[in-house]
Amino acid sequence: MRRIGVFVCHCGSNIAATVDVKKVVEMALLEQGVVHAEDYPYMCSEAGQSHIAEAIREKQLDGIVVCSCSPRMHEATFRKCAEKNGLNPYLVEIANIREHCSWIHKDMQEATEKAVILMRAAVAKVHLNAPLKAGESAVTKRALVIGGGIAGIQTALDIADAGYHVDIVEKEPSIGGRMSQLDKTFPTLDCSACILTPKMVEAASHENITIHTWSEVEKVSGFVGNFTVDIRKKARYVNMDKCTGCGICQEKCPSKKPLNEFNRGLNNRSAIYTPFAQAIPNVPVIDAAACIKLKTGKCGICEKFCQAGAIDYAQTDEIITQQYGAIVVATGFDTIKLDKYGEYAYGESKDVITSLELERIMNAAGPTKGHLERLSDGKAPKEIVFIQCVGSRCSDDRGKPYCSKICCMYTAKHAMLIRDKYPDTNVTVFYIDVRTPGKNFDEFYRRAVEDYGVNYVKGQVGKVAPQSDGSLLVHGVDLLENKQILKKADMVVLATAIEPNSDVRKIATMLTASIDTNNFLTEAHPKLRPVESPTAGVFLSGVCQGPKDIPETVAQAGAAAVKVIGLLAKDKLKTNPCTAKADELRCNGCSQCAGVCPYGAISYETRQVNDHGIREDRRIAVVNSALCQGCGACTVTCPSGAMDLQGFSNRQIIAEVDAICR
Amino acid sequence: MQELMERAKELLASGEVARVLGWKKGENDWDVEPRFFESVDSLQDFVYDGFCGANLSKYMIEAGKKEGKTLVFLKPCDSYSYNQLLREHRVDREKAYIIGVGCKGKLSISKIPFDGIVSVQGASYPDVSENLTVQTLYGTQTVAYKDAMLERCHVCKGKEHVVYDELLGESTDTVDADRFAEVQRIEAMSPEEKFAFFQKELSKCIRCNACRNVCPACSCRKCVFDSTAFNSDQKANTTSFEEKMFHIIRAFHVAGRCTDCGECSRVCPQGIPLHLFNRKFIKDINNLYGAYQAGSDLETKAPLTNFTLDDAEPGVGRG
Amino acid sequence: MPVTENWKPTIVAFCCNWCSYAGADLAGSSRLAYPADVKIIKVPCSCRVNPMFILRAFEKGADGVILCGCHPGDCHYSTGNYYARRRMTLLFSMLDYLGVEDGRTRVEWVSAAEGVKFSETMNSFVEKVRGLGPNVRLGDLRCRN
Repeated sequence: MRRIGVFVCHCGSNIAATVDVKKVVEMALLEQGVVHAEDYPYMCSEAGQSHIAEAIREKQLDGIVVCSCSPRMHEATFRKCAEKNGLNPYLVEIANIREHCSWIHKDMQEATEKAVILMRAAVAKVHLNAPLKAGESAVTKRALVIGGGIAGIQTALDIADAGYHVDIVEKEPSIGGRMSQLDKTFPTLDCSACILTPKMVEAASHENITIHTWSEVEKVSGFVGNFTVDIRKKARYVNMDKCTGCGICQEKCPSKKPLNEFNRGLNNRSAIYTPFAQAIPNVPVIDAAACIKLKTGKCGICEKFCQAGAIDYAQTDEIITQQYGAIVVATGFDTIKLDKYGEYAYGESKDVITSLELERIMNAAGPTKGHLERLSDGKAPKEIVFIQCVGSRCSDDRGKPYCSKICCMYTAKHAMLIRDKYPDTNVTVFYIDVRTPGKNFDEFYRRAVEDYGVNYVKGQVGKVAPQSDGSLLVHGVDLLENKQILKKADMVVLATAIEPNSDVRKIATMLTASIDTNNFLTEAHPKLRPVESPTAGVFLSGVCQGPKDIPETVAQAGAAAVKVIGLLAKDKLKTNPCTAKADELRCNGCSQCAGVCPYGAISYETRQVNDHGIREDRRIAVVNSALCQGCGACTVTCPSGAMDLQGFSNRQIIAEVDAICR
Repeated sequence: MQELMERAKELLASGEVARVLGWKKGENDWDVEPRFFESVDSLQDFVYDGFCGANLSKYMIEAGKKEGKTLVFLKPCDSYSYNQLLREHRVDREKAYIIGVGCKGKLSISKIPFDGIVSVQGASYPDVSENLTVQTLYGTQTVAYKDAMLERCHVCKGKEHVVYDELLGESTDTVDADRFAEVQRIEAMSPEEKFAFFQKELSKCIRCNACRNVCPACSCRKCVFDSTAFNSDQKANTTSFEEKMFHIIRAFHVAGRCTDCGECSRVCPQGIPLHLFNRKFIKDINNLYGAYQAGSDLETKAPLTNFTLDDAEPGVGRG
Repeated sequence: MPVTENWKPTIVAFCCNWCSYAGADLAGSSRLAYPADVKIIKVPCSCRVNPMFILRAFEKGADGVILCGCHPGDCHYSTGNYYARRRMTLLFSMLDYLGVEDGRTRVEWVSAAEGVKFSETMNSFVEKVRGLGPNVRLGDLRCRN
């Protein structure tokens, strides 16, 4: 019989205000095997832990139940406390009487009764807990960063600087990401390319960084410290070693129809192209869907003009398989599609554009060479209306429920830049709220209003109606003046909501990282572990985790790098001891369990067993505990109950069921 | 039958096989039982007729532990069971010499509706179109062979053997019913009617474990219901719940593995139509995950160790 | 057993550690109430839940059993919930076939971010089970002698 101690935490008043903790203690003492029970205001505090330590010593406890907050909060704390005091950490169970009880129930009697039942279930389980010992697994000292935008670049640089090798996988022909498409950055108005390209060059030239552009992650297997990743290097049709980046191929290419993705489809590019002048690597790719040679076999002009002989139409996709200890997701974002927002006439009028399109128009390398002009007729707009929150903070399913966070600031930036460069152009901004929490952000916004005369109108726009004279009639409302506004504009700019890159779901599935309802990757803890995914060894950098601006992205990228460095600095990782194990006397060797194991952790061996005196050779399942992650799929497949999961054994779970239902 | 016996004697005498697994005559015509024949002489008790319903495949687990090869006679449906055992590494193909025997439908003594049966003639060279002559204490009676067949033969899954070394004997098509008609009839009942139906049937259970012992899929070295793995051992006497649990879990454990050989229903001394549990799972599996016949091959992934991304959700379509 | 007005069902909720248990925690920290009748058992993955656990709960007096796991495609172990989905689909279908009220069992996919869904699911499940009253059918499936 176990000697069990039950420790009931008040959590200040978080638990004690709703659960009669004294009653829980009293009831605990009636349970079989419980030799000690007490309550304390904060069990997790050092003083609280010393109570546990003392009880372990004085009452020779060999099982502990802590009735407290979620095990996701403090299970590790109490396990460590047990271990420090000579008790196997897996002899500790948590009864979650806060999140699952005191916080959701109001009636004290009801909550107390439930807390008692949860305590009993934990006591019943701990009776059957076995001391478990964590195994060890080696760490591959190499990291993978998925996405080569500013988030990925910064993470890679920080990891590489610490001395570990990093691979960046970028699906586009160049690294640089969204930031490379921006013209200026808030709140300092410095040129985006000027601050980004040095980092791109630094990454490309770093001895510890390998960049795979025009590449995608194809398959991920393994676990923290030991991931195996297949990377598909898409056929570039250009030999990267030979190409000098002279650009003559792009000039001569006769296929000029494809839309230029980098310029958001506002102009065209050639079939062989580099997305932008400072691209890294400065090696073009051939768009196979547009290349005349690849489609029809005739043409070959780029090959003729290429002095370096770098064009290779026979190139095929290549799969690289590489081991990594850690993976950082930095897949970034895109703007949402606006097909559900017909009222803004986007797609109907060329002069209704998104803010990201405006970035390209304002950029010297953009479709208008940096001149602010209407895409319909090339005229300079005199009246520009900005509409905020297009698809953000949206309560219906047309848009996103969240705030995209960056729009208020970039709109202020756009307004300011336009007023600065074209003082005779009027700028009106329709907004719900102006949100500027950030260093020097509110000052920046106030400058736009006070120094640059940008007209901010609190209110939403119901309709943008293209007029026969080519202008746009904006139907808005001014909530402060409480009046309808009809405003004639030459150009309308939509602050379009941002959403995670469309590939993120596929990548999250491969990584078994979880995703929230908006497709943002979920953090291990929203406050305390914001750059870690709940999946061990997977880290989050940039907007894939939630909307952010550049400084926040860079800060998070650094934080993710630190977590990776911390992981790679270890030679061995402790492995989860809650792994599956087959009872050799019950195992049929039928191989069903191996069929459901996602990790290939189960193999079979023939060995002699002694079944109550009968010695015979039997085929028995063997679990590789370094590979097993403890899901338990095998345990249910096993008809004889031979396969069991340590820490969550059949008998432990049945004991909990019995305790709850008794 | 003579043909089988001669071949068995040949193989035994040549030393090709060390023993023969077949059926042995019983006291009555219908009391046929599985038996290992270790010598040519002992084969005089060998029998193969309409009462040889017993599926011998499960005995091959034990045969695999013995020295040398075992000659086993498998009817077409038995060969599925053997294949399933092969797939689960429970039998050793190297230690089996399989003669696939023809089958013209097997009989159930309980389907012969007369009291005081003394003997049954006509079972030796059965043909579905023939009649059985039944001597009873009260005179001679006849019954159509077809009417005395086991339920499973009316829905026979085919007369092809899926595994064998050689084939002997003719088979006759015996199918004259829809395999899932009974399940469908129950599915169409109201919950109350369903409950009443199964309550009536399960109440007969005496938990003798005959179904478990005969089932080729229920071949666990140690059944969960006999072990401490789930704290479920030896409770049959104290809780009536366990019988339901037993039948539901037994059906679940063989779901995707049950070849629908019908042995459970054949041997149940209480006449519980146990195949209705297994066949419900088979029907669901076929409907939800595509037609699947356990034991038909060694490669196809079993439905419960497989999935697709857009499988049906549990309980979808419930009232 | 007569159903009195004060009758409270016993509900066992199996929650996977990575999504649904965290979803339940979020429901807690967001103070999204649901009836105290629900008691949660943590399992690593929905695929850890053996049909025997569910029947055992009913044997011991549970009136409803619900299994919550990660959304298909989001399983921490990649594939666990897909196996759970097939197993529970078949098991529930069998229970329906036996005439056991179908409202007593449920599977729901609840992510770590869906505190609201967790609470709503538990509220609706408890309401359903309360409507059905005490579970007797599984117990009575075989006549007590």
